[in-house]
Amino acid sequence: MCAAPKLRVDSVGMAFATPSGMFQALAPVTLSIPQGRFVSLIGPSGCGKSTLFNIIAGLLQPTAGCVMIDNLDATGTIGRVGYMLQKDLLLPWRTVLDNVILGMEIQGRSLREARKRALPLLKRYGLSGFEYLYPSSLSGGMRQRAALLRTLLFDTDVILLDEPFGALDAQTKLQMQEWLLQLWGDFGKTVIFVTHDIEEAIYLSDEVHVMATRPGRVIETIAVTIERPRLRRSTMTREFLAAKERCLELLAADRNTALLEKVA
Amino acid sequence: MDAPVTMPEAASVEGMAGVGSARAQARAGSLQAVRRLPVEREWPFWVILTAQLAILAAATALWEIAARTRVLDAFFWSEPSAIFKTLTIFFTAGDAWTDIGFTFRSTVFGFLIGTITGSVLGLSFWWSRNYAAIVMPYVICFESLPKLALAPLIVLVFGLGLASKIATATALTLVVSTLTTYAGVKAVDPDGERLFYSLGATRMQVFRKLVIPFCLPWIISVLRVNIGLALTGAIVGEFIASEHGLGRAILYAGQTYDIALVWVAVLVLSSLAVVMYVAVSWLERLLLKGMKH
Repeated sequence: MCAAPKLRVDSVGMAFATPSGMFQALAPVTLSIPQGRFVSLIGPSGCGKSTLFNIIAGLLQPTAGCVMIDNLDATGTIGRVGYMLQKDLLLPWRTVLDNVILGMEIQGRSLREARKRALPLLKRYGLSGFEYLYPSSLSGGMRQRAALLRTLLFDTDVILLDEPFGALDAQTKLQMQEWLLQLWGDFGKTVIFVTHDIEEAIYLSDEVHVMATRPGRVIETIAVTIERPRLRRSTMTREFLAAKERCLELLAADRNTALLEKVA
Repeated sequence: MDAPVTMPEAASVEGMAGVGSARAQARAGSLQAVRRLPVEREWPFWVILTAQLAILAAATALWEIAARTRVLDAFFWSEPSAIFKTLTIFFTAGDAWTDIGFTFRSTVFGFLIGTITGSVLGLSFWWSRNYAAIVMPYVICFESLPKLALAPLIVLVFGLGLASKIATATALTLVVSTLTTYAGVKAVDPDGERLFYSLGATRMQVFRKLVIPFCLPWIISVLRVNIGLALTGAIVGEFIASEHGLGRAILYAGQTYDIALVWVAVLVLSSLAVVMYVAVSWLERLLLKGMKH
């Protein structure tokens, strides 16, 4: 038995009251994620990925179960994990630099100190020359970079990324994946990554959790053991393709049951 | 000069086939007429300015002539020469500066009090949805109320002096600021708030670092409307009862059939309005530049 996991989601469930009775948005889900792991969640829309993220981030109180970080109960407490939402949510009235330090600023660090810490990182991670520009003059990819650095500079060990590259074009997306892997390698954070893109999930992760709808739940966990650092080529290996096929099967099966239920 | 003009025609006759025949077809109106994008050439600034001054001069001259030839009754309409004479008297021997100062002060104070209080009130609704739900109907009632109808009451309560004029100006500007700022508050992106809270922010931090900067453009967008409203409020306050001010000058001149003085006061009032409007526009630009997006 290895050390206690960094993050433990312990049979967390979420039910909403609707006019037609209770709606189970999330059936009890249990995840155990060790320090420094890169884990992906994939699944159809409505499988409760975002609900789960909101619960982990403390923005939503689950109706069952608890969230443990470093073996301490963190259910319903905010500011414990970095959370990057789908939209970059950069504040248009702040420069890129001042956007990136938002997390540190909220934690009460002095602006000078925060800026001093952020500047070299901006330079190192591809935002050199953009530090003092406003977000409106940045491209989609650059905005996502800034948003991700903001999440990283908020000093938490766990970060949640909710489809960060969903709105980017295919080329930029590939670049961003490489960039993310570099950051992950440098910072050693524990990452939970939500995406619709199966290939992206497998390429980036150590573990892919496949989710299903009605109720939202994790139906299978696929371990990806392809060696790191990974190369683009590795998306052609047998192991990669097998994992991809398995994911497709699971998602298709869920789609079919959903259809059958509708017919019935 | 001649040669270049005749050249194209000659060329087309000689059979620059494609273009020539297409034009001929178009001219004959066979299928499609050749149309070009209509473009208006802009005149230089001095031409525009000259035209504007010419119109002003012509109108004034016409007015003067009509009054002198008794086409226009000078008793009711006065005439430019008389108005100009009154204007010089108003500024040299009259209370021009006292009146201007009085109206200016009530307008500016009313504008500031109304805009600031209104913005603060609008922002305060962010703090509690329950509080907003309770107070909103009253704000909307006050908004739909013709506030100028309250002017006599305000003058009774606040007296003949500056205070009542400031109060009417405030009454007109307050609600506009409140409602516009509240519209800004409601437009704050809930995801933005979620981001702040996920970073462990307090409500005060969200308010100061997200809500206020986000609503500033809303608050600023009302300034120009409000300066006009404040001036209206101040003038109406002076109409009801006052010892000074341009509004009082207009009322007094009208009651004594001093039509030239009515015109003078109206002219000075418009100048004051323009000056304040320009100043506020300048302030607005300055503020918006300070928070460049």
